[in-house]
Amino acid sequence: MATLPISREQIIDKFGPHKNYPPREGFPGRDEPDDVVKTHCCFCGMQCGIQLLVKNNQVVGFEPWEEFPFNEGRLCPKGVQRYLQNNHPDRLLNPIERVEGAGFRPIEWDKAMERTVAEIQRIQSQHGRDSFAMLSGVSLTNEKSYLAGKFARVALKTKNLDYNGRLCMVSAGAGNKKAFGLDRASNNFTDLSHAEVVMVCGSNVSETFPTLTHWIWQARDNGAKLIVVDPRLTPIARTADLHLPIRPGGDSALYGAILHQLVKHDWLDHDFINNYTSDFEKAIEAVKDYDLDWAERTTGIAKAKIMQAAELWGPAKTSFLLHARGIEHQSKGVENVSSCINLVLATGRLGKPYCGYATITGQGNGQGGREHGHKCDQLPGNRDIENPEHRKYIASVWGIDEKEMPGKGLTAYEIMEAIHRGEIKGLLSICFNPLVSLPNNNMIREALEKLEFYVCIDFFLNETAHHANIVLAGSLHEEEEGTVTTAEGRVVRIRRAVTPPGNARTDTDILLELARRLGAGDKFAFQSAEDVFNELRVASKGGTADYFGITYEKIEKNMGIFWPCPSLDHPGTPRLWEDRKFCTPDGKAHFVPVPYRAPSEVTDAEYPVILTTGRVVSQYLSGTQTRRIGKLVDQYPEPLLEIHPNLASRYNIKERELVRVVTRRGAAEFPAQLVETIREDTVFIPYHWAGKKSANQLTSGNLDPVSKIPEFKVSAARLEPLGRQAPSPEETAAFRST
Amino acid sequence: MNANLFKQDEQFFMDPQRCIGCHACEMACAECETNGQTPMIHVDYVDRFSTVQTSVQVCMHCEDPVCAKVCPADAITKDEFGIVHTANTARCIACSNCVMACPFGVPKKIETTQIMMKCNMCYDRTSSGKKPMCTTVCPSGALWYGTREKMREIRPNSTPVNHFQFGGQTVKTKVNIMMPKGTTKLVVD
Repeated sequence: MATLPISREQIIDKFGPHKNYPPREGFPGRDEPDDVVKTHCCFCGMQCGIQLLVKNNQVVGFEPWEEFPFNEGRLCPKGVQRYLQNNHPDRLLNPIERVEGAGFRPIEWDKAMERTVAEIQRIQSQHGRDSFAMLSGVSLTNEKSYLAGKFARVALKTKNLDYNGRLCMVSAGAGNKKAFGLDRASNNFTDLSHAEVVMVCGSNVSETFPTLTHWIWQARDNGAKLIVVDPRLTPIARTADLHLPIRPGGDSALYGAILHQLVKHDWLDHDFINNYTSDFEKAIEAVKDYDLDWAERTTGIAKAKIMQAAELWGPAKTSFLLHARGIEHQSKGVENVSSCINLVLATGRLGKPYCGYATITGQGNGQGGREHGHKCDQLPGNRDIENPEHRKYIASVWGIDEKEMPGKGLTAYEIMEAIHRGEIKGLLSICFNPLVSLPNNNMIREALEKLEFYVCIDFFLNETAHHANIVLAGSLHEEEEGTVTTAEGRVVRIRRAVTPPGNARTDTDILLELARRLGAGDKFAFQSAEDVFNELRVASKGGTADYFGITYEKIEKNMGIFWPCPSLDHPGTPRLWEDRKFCTPDGKAHFVPVPYRAPSEVTDAEYPVILTTGRVVSQYLSGTQTRRIGKLVDQYPEPLLEIHPNLASRYNIKERELVRVVTRRGAAEFPAQLVETIREDTVFIPYHWAGKKSANQLTSGNLDPVSKIPEFKVSAARLEPLGRQAPSPEETAAFRST
Repeated sequence: MNANLFKQDEQFFMDPQRCIGCHACEMACAECETNGQTPMIHVDYVDRFSTVQTSVQVCMHCEDPVCAKVCPADAITKDEFGIVHTANTARCIACSNCVMACPFGVPKKIETTQIMMKCNMCYDRTSSGKKPMCTTVCPSGALWYGTREKMREIRPNSTPVNHFQFGGQTVKTKVNIMMPKGTTKLVVD
């Protein structure tokens, strides 16, 4: 039933993406706004402070917010242009329903709700409660993340709820829980400023977290040495003291080899290791054979450079290690994370000023969104849905019988596989565009076509929603009150600048009404976002992610509060582990032994080239928002295949020649961009586009066994030059994603 | 506008090594209604084949601005604070003398309106005590606005330079470029 009602081109003609540009003179009323609203950017995990200018209930511009301490007014191009959404011609103003042969037409809210609830009840009564799944996302506020978790378990009563954090920081979360028993950046970013050495592992900081660049430079101004590990010479790597151009998938070998050198040269903090950690011996046993020759062969990095990294990292007195999706988006993402944490623990540089460790969370609320229970195995406060005590406590907060609470469900990619197998028949999605962001998306499309009923909540018609039966017009970041938690663990206030336009409703209103119609209204009697937050506070109390002592008032007064904050008189915790008391059962930080293993897919004669994927500075995730903002589209209008000239010459590939990239999952054509800034054995394609230009047609569904994150960063590919120049980007119009 | 609020001790600094090529400066500049969505600052790849290095160029606000000197219509003026203003629209005849004369390649002739446009250091903002927009948003510190003393304190490894030698011609500018510590001028052969 969920094949497209009309062609994708026809849907896009009507619903976009269309490019929105500000008028030449700016939006009317910008110079005399009715309101100047201090809030945050809707995009990445930095959650930069920004002021939105409002006129006649419409966002008409922005003004930097120089008082907010993390970014002090600084913004990236996405932040500068983020205001062009509420006033966008593609903005959904009504609920719409699919009409065979005609596309989508507006319907009354009452009918949309009635039909949605009827279909949920039909599917669940015919096929069981778990045959209806929900997918959520971490661009949502803490309140909405909490609400999504509770809605799925209490109103939908399904175990199959997961979220797009599965594509973001689940490997880091699992690695952090193993080591520390808690999942948060150990430090806020001010601890970068006097670190002697900063190691950035698999993070294109300058394009994906541009405002973090400032803090890294501040460290360098104070004398820090910067090490960047990346298969590409990214802008942050260009001026680094040491760039380690790693072969994709070799990460844990590199960090294992550095640990080997720390032991060999006794660059260890024995006091810290002996008193505050466990399993050090097992960790060093795992790397005892990882000498420099082995490391050079396994990582593709010259051994002199590996040694140099060990020499910089080992003896330093202060340091900060940062990692992101480069090491986490792998079938051994958790192991890569553990191998990094081992380097931090071995040198004891944690829980002290300028001694830091953090994953750089990617999505806007990648931190808070992963704590409050819209993940398939999690309950609020970062509790475990399979832990009887945790279940009991949350059931009491929710006012339900613990036995009624569903157990652990499938993860995001596994949900799509179950849909493909016909086991899951219905889907509700919010804040997730799996047709673009999940790997192996030819399979995802087939799965969507098999759904009996699909309802999507969104503010623009994203590509996955083309397959929907009903789309409920929801709310933008600037259209609802709430909080998010930044990559630093700082809980900040998101302000409603405007109300949703037209007949669109807030996401919260939509979920609450669905809950009422599903018969769970008494459990969802919230009057405001603050009501939801206050229940979240109680639900998180006593969990590792404890928000109990955080109130809206306290956040506003302090421009954010760092969790854990267990009581109302607690000031929050900008730096973890100062007391050396870790949240593991034995109170110690755990080394995790990491024997190296190869990625799931390695190159061979048929697929001889490594394909890796990532982002560009002017686009964000699946592009639902940024492929609609004119200047951001124009800055990097189409995905290019970055290829080293030496590799290109082997295939006689010329600049801007179209190249067909083939993997075991599919094939797609991209213009070649010859650059010396990438390894010779690796090609790179950014993934923000849909349809024919989607890089995720090529990536694999090979998952990390623990975190279930897909291996976006390593695929084996074949290159087939097509012998003709690519058409102009204007002609291709990749943003439209047909 | 209250020009009395212009902070005369604050200067503009460009640090090319920090530029990450993100174009936030261009986009923020273009937002200004006087620019009509045309940025007055420019970011370009130096040579994308070999490097991701980008260069950023803004009006240097020369002490003795050659653009003003060569203007036959007297459309370009420098004010008491050292800001070299964009062409007076009533006077500019779009002759492009300034475009060709500027040693930094800054002024652009806008074909659609037949007028020269260039950076006026966000006069609307700086004259009311604010920083220029591009320096406010720049995420990496490649563009920075403030006092020389503060700059010396926060970036001890670099020296601001505002003397440029183009062959036999010496140009002194209001805008500084951050150079390796101890550098006194930038020589362009």
